[in-house]
Order: sequence, then structure tokens, then C-alpha cells
Amino acid sequence: MSMRKVFFKVFTYLLLLLLVSAVLLPFYWMVVTSLKPPGEVNVIPPKWIPSKPFWQNYVRAWHAAPFGRYFINSFFISVMTTIGEVVTTILAAYAFAKMDFFGKKVLFLSLLGLMMFPGQLRLIPNFMLASNLGWTDTYQILIIPWIASIFGIFLLRQYFKTIPDELWDAAQLDGCNRFRYLWTVVVPLSKPGIITVALFKFVGSWNAFLWVLIMTNKTSMRTIPVGLAVFRSEAGTHFGELMAASTMAVLPILIIFFLAQKQFIQGVARSGIK
Amino acid sequence: MNRIIALVSRLTGVSSVKLKKVDYWKETFWAYIYLFPAFLVLGVFSFWPLIRSFRISLFDWDVLRNTGTFIGLQNYARLFHDPEFWSALWHTVYYALVSTPVTMIIAMFIAILLNSQIRMKSWFRTAFFLPWITPMVAGASVFVWLFNADYGLVNHLLGLVGLGDYRWLNNPSLAIPLLIIFGVWKFLGFQTVLFLAGLQNIPEGYYEAARVDGANRFQLFRHVTLPLLTPTTFFVLIISMIGAFKVFTQVYVIWAGTAGPLDSAETIVMFFFQKGFNSFEFGYASAAAYVLFFIVFILTAINLRVSKRWVHYQ
Repeated sequence: MSMRKVFFKVFTYLLLLLLVSAVLLPFYWMVVTSLKPPGEVNVIPPKWIPSKPFWQNYVRAWHAAPFGRYFINSFFISVMTTIGEVVTTILAAYAFAKMDFFGKKVLFLSLLGLMMFPGQLRLIPNFMLASNLGWTDTYQILIIPWIASIFGIFLLRQYFKTIPDELWDAAQLDGCNRFRYLWTVVVPLSKPGIITVALFKFVGSWNAFLWVLIMTNKTSMRTIPVGLAVFRSEAGTHFGELMAASTMAVLPILIIFFLAQKQFIQGVARSGIK
Repeated sequence: MNRIIALVSRLTGVSSVKLKKVDYWKETFWAYIYLFPAFLVLGVFSFWPLIRSFRISLFDWDVLRNTGTFIGLQNYARLFHDPEFWSALWHTVYYALVSTPVTMIIAMFIAILLNSQIRMKSWFRTAFFLPWITPMVAGASVFVWLFNADYGLVNHLLGLVGLGDYRWLNNPSLAIPLLIIFGVWKFLGFQTVLFLAGLQNIPEGYYEAARVDGANRFQLFRHVTLPLLTPTTFFVLIISMIGAFKVFTQVYVIWAGTAGPLDSAETIVMFFFQKGFNSFEFGYASAAAYVLFFIVFILTAINLRVSKRWVHYQ
């Protein structure tokens, strides 16, 4: 390698390391602050490493707000919306990918059109609907409106389209009906796509904020993000505790992400390529 | 399918065209059953609310009595004359016009660095991607602490290079810059992944051909990478512009439910939220939401039109 090439390579790595440290610094600072005793949080110059880990912040944050309840709510809502969405999406995506029916084009284009409207437009009418049904502060209003997704339908439709029609012809000759064929042949063949849809839904549901903020009043119905936002307003300058609560909110998502980072990154990458 | 129809037609003597037609309507019936759950949910909670909120935007809505007085386009006229709305619109445009290109340029730069022969490429990619997957509320809470005026790490680091101490959360003119910094951090990795996918789609042959012609690094970028990356650039531009117009959660968290000092961080969605759910002016808030839709719609339309001129598809 020439001198110039070596120089270029070293420069590239240094630049990348610098940028990556800037991006990761908030995570480091979150975790480090969450482990600092109160006397080491508000000091100048800041301490990069706590003298010894102070776990009390986690205990205090956990008791300052019902984070246990928030976790249960978030977990339950995310799991239920994910299951619901996967089922409705598989059915609808299959119809669009493999069936020939009256009004297909119109219905598909109407989904595309629906995507153009910002979600904020739906908030007030849905809030009114929830009040009229007596659904405010219930799990229904946090789950049912989210069990269908246009993004999911589009993504799975692409997957289903790649499955050869000959399989369906063969299945028919064996006396298999369409419903059974869908669940026993198409679904197992499209596992990566379904997992991607499910992961994005789970994370989206876990991170959802404005909808939950509007639809809930009771503390007992809050999810992690709403609970954390309220805690942030109330915690004032207890940054050790706030960072402990933030770490707790991030941790489940990070675990899921590290278990399935390939699906996440490919899911995003695919959305850009047409 | 055709083979079966031909077989059945031969066995029963019914013409295959007729059978196909019966088949078509039968399939239509089943397709609608398959579509029903998704369309029911989308219809009730997505489509119908759009019509309803447009109707509400034409009313002076009384929340307590759950009815309203029809006032035509007066809510829209009021928006037009409301300085608070114009300032919210300005904040949002300011945010969108700065954060989108800044994030895109850095993301494209990182993607190009990663696309050269780099070791631990996927490790870097994952690291950059992390903020995007992090809950917005948690990320914003961390930024509150990082940008704390007295004990925050950012002011300390700026102090090391001789930059004065900034009142990030209290200074009105720093509100949107703070949101922009947060936005760059949050969406950089997402865009990097998109750009990287776009770069990997460019056939190596183009580079080889250009190198044979004696092109240098910059010329390769200018005449091969940039034009062939335009479909991705265009896609990223649209989705990040649209996303930028919907900024809300980070404002809510950073300024603890308010719109910042002197409403300096009030975005369109924050304006909508305050009118709708703080003062319960549903008609007025719905009109603001429809203006947001209109802006997003125009942006998409302009982008589509302009892209025809400068996007090079292979």
C-alpha cells in the first residue's frame, strides 16, 4: 500500500470513531449518570466514571413512580398489538399478493392514499370516539386501533408475491383449501418478512407516545414512555434517578434490537430500495 | 389453476370461460373476507376519522356538549390571522429546512466511509443505528441532562474549547438549534442505513469504467455516486421532510410539556396539541391538523415533480 492510501485509511477510521463516539456518548452518559451517587452528579468538572456504582438510583426511581405497572402495560399492549397486526396483515397482504378480485386496484390505491394523511388528523375524532364508547383509560383503545398497518401490508405483500403459484396449484390438487394453504405453506415460507413486521410493530408500540398521552388519564394505564415523560417533568434535578428510569425504558428495546439487529437494519434498508 | 379449470370443464361440459367467471366472484368473496379485519380497523380508526376531523374543522366545537356550530372556513381564517400559528409554522419550517439537509449530508458521508473496505462495518452501522430504535422519550430525557446549563456535559465540553456557556433550555433562540441537534442524533443512523443500501446497489462496473478513464476520488463521487444515488437521496429527502413537519414528542419531553421559553419551540403539532388537548378547541385544532396535511401533501407533490428532473434512475 502506498503512503497515501495508508494515510487515507487511518483518517477514515479516525473520522468514523469520532462520529461513532459522538452518537454513543448520550448512551454512555445516561448509564454512567444513572450509577452516580447524588454527590457526583451535579459537579464541575463532570466525572466520567463514578467512584463506585450507586444502584440506589434505580431503586429510588422504581419507587418514585409505578414503573412496574408501566412495564406491565407496555409489555401487554406491545405484545397484543403485535399479534393482532401480524394476523390482520397476513390475511390482507395475501389477498393483495395472490388473489384476483373485484376492486383490487381501487382498494390498494386507497391504502396508498391513506398513508399520505398525517396521524395527527386522527387524534381528535378518535379521542371523541373513545369518550363516547367509554374507552378512555382502557387497554382496548391502546390496542385495537393499532392492530392493522398499511406499512405491514405493503411489506408482506412483497414477500408473498415471490412465492411461486405452482405451490398453490399443487396444494389444490392435494385437496388443501386456501386458508390452510396460507397458514401452513405461505406463512412458514415468509418467516423473515413476518418477523420484520412484528419487530417493527413491537418497537413502534413500545415507543408510542402521543396516542397514549391523549387516551389515558389514570397513572395505572400509562406506558413506559408516558410514565417517563411525566417522571421527567416531576424529577426536577434528580438526574441520577431520571437517567436510571431512562435506562430502564431503553433496555428492553436494546435487548430486542441486539437479538434481531439484522432484521431491523434490513427492514429499513429494504424500504428504500424499490 | 388453468389446468384444473380445463379438467373440470372437460368433465362437466361447462365452458371454461363460465367456470372462470364463477371462480372470479368466488375468489372476490374470499378476498373480501381476508381483507375484512384490516380494513375494518383502518376504516374505523384511520379513514373515518379523516372525514370527521375535516367536518369538525368547519365547526366551532363545544367539547362539553359534544356538538358544534357550523362556521364554515372561519377556523382556517382564524389560523391565517393567528400570529402564534405563524410562529409555530416558522419554527417547523426552520427545523425542517436545517435538520433535513444537515442530517442527510452527514449520513451520506458516513455511508460513503462505511462503503469503502472498512473492518467492523456492521459494528459501526449498528452503533449509528441505535438512537433511531431508542424510545424518543428516553433519548430526549438524556438530552435534557446533557444540555443542562450548569452541570451538563455539553457545556463542559464546549467550555474546554473556549465556547461560552449556553442556556440551552432557557434561551429562546437556542430552542430550535437544540431540536436540530437532537434530530441529527436521532435520525442519522436511519438515514445512513438507507444510503448504505443505496450505495451497495450501484454496480461496481460504473466505478471501474470511470477509473479506467482516469477519474479521481472526487470525480467518482461527483459523476458516479451522486447521480446514481439520487433515487435514495430523493426517498430520504421526502420521508425526513415529512417527519420533520411532525416533530412533537421531543419538544414535549425536553420542555416538560410546554412549548419552550416564550413558545420558542412551538411546532405545528405542538400548536395542534395545545389547542386540541389543553384548551379543547377541537374545531380550531382540527383546522391546524388539516393545514399540516396540506403542507405534507404539497411537499410530496413538489418533490415528485422536481425529482422527475434530477433523479437519475439506472
